[in-house]
Amino acid sequence: MVGDALERWPDDHAQESPMPDMKPGSRFTSNVCTTEVIVVRGVGEADLRCGGSSMLSADSIPDGGPPDPDAAAGTLMGKRYVDADDTLEVLCTKPGDGSLGLGDVLLDLKEAKPLPASD
Amino acid sequence: MMLLEMAAGGFGDRVAVGSRDGGLTFQQLFDRAGAAAGRFRAGGAEVVAMADVSSTALPISLFGAAWADLPFVPLNYRLTDSELSALAARIAPAIVVLDPEATGRLADLGDVVVLDRQALLDELAEALVPDGGWGTDWDMAGEGTAILLFTSGTTGEPKAAMLRHRHLVSYVLGSVEFMGADEDEAALVSVPPYHVAGMAALLSNVYAGRRIVQLPTFDAGSWVDLVRTEEVTSAMVVPTMLTRIVEHLDAELANGSSGNGALPTLRSLAYGGGKMPRPTIERALQLLPEVAFVNAYGLTETSSTVALLGPQEHRDALASDDEAVRARLGSAGRPLPAIEVSIRDEDGTEVALGLPGEIWVRGEQVSGEYRGQAPRLTAEGWFPTRDGGRLDEAGFLHVTGRIDDVIVKGGQNVSPGEIEAVLVEHPAVVDAAAIGLPDRQWGERIVAAVVLADADSTSGASVTAEELQELVRSELRSNRTPDHVEFVAALPYNDTGKLLRRVLRTELAHFGDGSTE
Repeated sequence: MVGDALERWPDDHAQESPMPDMKPGSRFTSNVCTTEVIVVRGVGEADLRCGGSSMLSADSIPDGGPPDPDAAAGTLMGKRYVDADDTLEVLCTKPGDGSLGLGDVLLDLKEAKPLPASD
Repeated sequence: MMLLEMAAGGFGDRVAVGSRDGGLTFQQLFDRAGAAAGRFRAGGAEVVAMADVSSTALPISLFGAAWADLPFVPLNYRLTDSELSALAARIAPAIVVLDPEATGRLADLGDVVVLDRQALLDELAEALVPDGGWGTDWDMAGEGTAILLFTSGTTGEPKAAMLRHRHLVSYVLGSVEFMGADEDEAALVSVPPYHVAGMAALLSNVYAGRRIVQLPTFDAGSWVDLVRTEEVTSAMVVPTMLTRIVEHLDAELANGSSGNGALPTLRSLAYGGGKMPRPTIERALQLLPEVAFVNAYGLTETSSTVALLGPQEHRDALASDDEAVRARLGSAGRPLPAIEVSIRDEDGTEVALGLPGEIWVRGEQVSGEYRGQAPRLTAEGWFPTRDGGRLDEAGFLHVTGRIDDVIVKGGQNVSPGEIEAVLVEHPAVVDAAAIGLPDRQWGERIVAAVVLADADSTSGASVTAEELQELVRSELRSNRTPDHVEFVAALPYNDTGKLLRRVLRTELAHFGDGSTE
C-alpha cells in the first residue's frame, strides 16, 4: 500500500514547476519556437502555452522541439492575444511559429480597430 | 521602455528621430537610452528632468530614465529662473538636462545635478554596448512613475500629474498599431516636451515605427518649410498653431508663392489642447482637401487622448445641411474603444443623454494622480475631469470648457464656450472669449473680448458691438447675451494654446462693478 501511495505522487513534478503567475509585466518565452510575450492583463496562475507546450520564464532556453501541428499558426509581432473570457491578455514581443493557448484552448488575436494617428 | 525595445527589435534600421539621412535609428535610440540609463543611475538622482526645447536628447532621456526606473520630468523652459528653481527644488535630488547656453540657470541648487544637453549627447554617442548586451532590467510591472508633468498652475501652486508606465503602455497599446506606419512616414512634433501631447507623440510614433521630426520653436513659416523639406506625413498642433499655419498658407496663396499643392506630403493633421475656432478648422479643411483631420481631446491626467473626431466625421460635418451634424465639427468626437465617458451632475449622478454636466472618464490609461496627493479616482475608477460637456445621440462628446470658467449670471450657469462659438462664426471675428465679471445685481455680468479680422484681410467685413450682441441673442437666449463687447487686439494665450482667462479677467476688470461675489 505504501508503494501504491508513492506511485500516486506525480504531483511531485508539478511542485518542481508550478504554473507561473500571469502578472502584468511578466515575460514568457516559447519552448518550441522564437515567440516571446509579455502579460498585459493577468489571471493569476495559469498554463500559458505556445505551440502546445507550456511557456517558459523569459531567460529559459527552449528545448521542446517543433510546435504541435494543432497550434502552429504562428504569432505576430506587436499583436495582442486574449482568451475567450477576455481575462488574460498577452502582447507578442517576438514572433514565432507556434500559436498561443491557455491550456488546450488557443488564444484569439485581439482585433484592434485602427485609429487615426492623434499624436 | 518595452515599447522602444520592440521598435528596436522589429525595425531597428528605420530612422527614429531626425532627417531621413543622418537621423538616429531605432537601434541607435535604444543603445543611447541604455547608455543614458547608466549615466542617470550613477548620480543618486531620484528623477531625470529636462528644461529644454525638443532635440534628440529628449527621447533618449525619456527612455533612458524609464530604463533606469526614474521618473522623467519635462519642465517648461520658458519659466523664469526662480520659477524653474522652485520646481527643481521640489523634485530634488534630480538630474536636470539643460541647453548648453542655459546651464547657469539652476546654479545654486544643492541636490540638483545639471547636465549640458550637448555634452550628454556626445558622451552617449561614444558609449559602447556592453558585452552580453544591455540588461533589460526596467520596470516591467509598470507601477513605477514614467512621467511627472507639472500642470500649468492656473490655480495656485503647479501640481505634478503622475503617469505610471502602465497608464502610458495602456494608452499606446490601445490606440497605436505596432509598426503601423509605412517606412516613408514622418511625424512633425512641434508641441513642446512639457505638454502631454509632446510626450505622447514620442511614445506613439516610436511604437508605430514612424520617423519623428522635431521643431524646437514653433513659427508657422518654419513648420510649413519642415513639412515640405522633411516630407512630413502627419503632425499634431494646438489650435493657435493651426490658426497661424492657415494664415501663412493664405498669405502664400495671396502672393502666389505656394506653387503646386500647399503641403503635398501631409496626409494627417491632428489638433487638440484647446478650443479650436470653427473658422480656422473650416478654412484648414478647404486649404488642405487631401489631409485627414483628427481632433483629439484629452488631459494630462488621462495620458493624452481619450476621444477622437476622425477624418470622415470632419468631412461629413462640413458637408451636412443638418445643424446638429455640422455642430460635430466643434466636438471632440467619440471616446477611444478603451475609454468610457459619463456626464455627471454636481452630485456625481449620471445625467440624461444630451444634457450638459461634468465629463468623467474611466480606462486603464487614466491616472488621475498627483505626486504627494491621494488619487483623484472614484472607488469605481472614474476621473472627474472638471471639464464641462455633453454627449449627443450619436455618442459625440461636446466639450464646453473648464467648469471653473462657467459664468453664473442671475443664478443661471452660462458656458463661455457656447457664446464664443457664436461670436467667431461672424465673418469679421477671428477670435473671441467670454468671461464673467462682478455685478451687484446679477452676481456676474458677461463680457466678451473680441478680436476682429484686419481691415485689409480677405473677409473685409466689419461689425459693431450691438450687432454681435444681437447675433448671440438670436442664436442663444437673451441671458447669454454679452452685457458688454470689448474689441481687443489679441487674446492672451500661453505657448501651448491655452486661453489665459485669469489674465483676461484682470485686463478687463474695470468692466465689472468692483463688487465681490
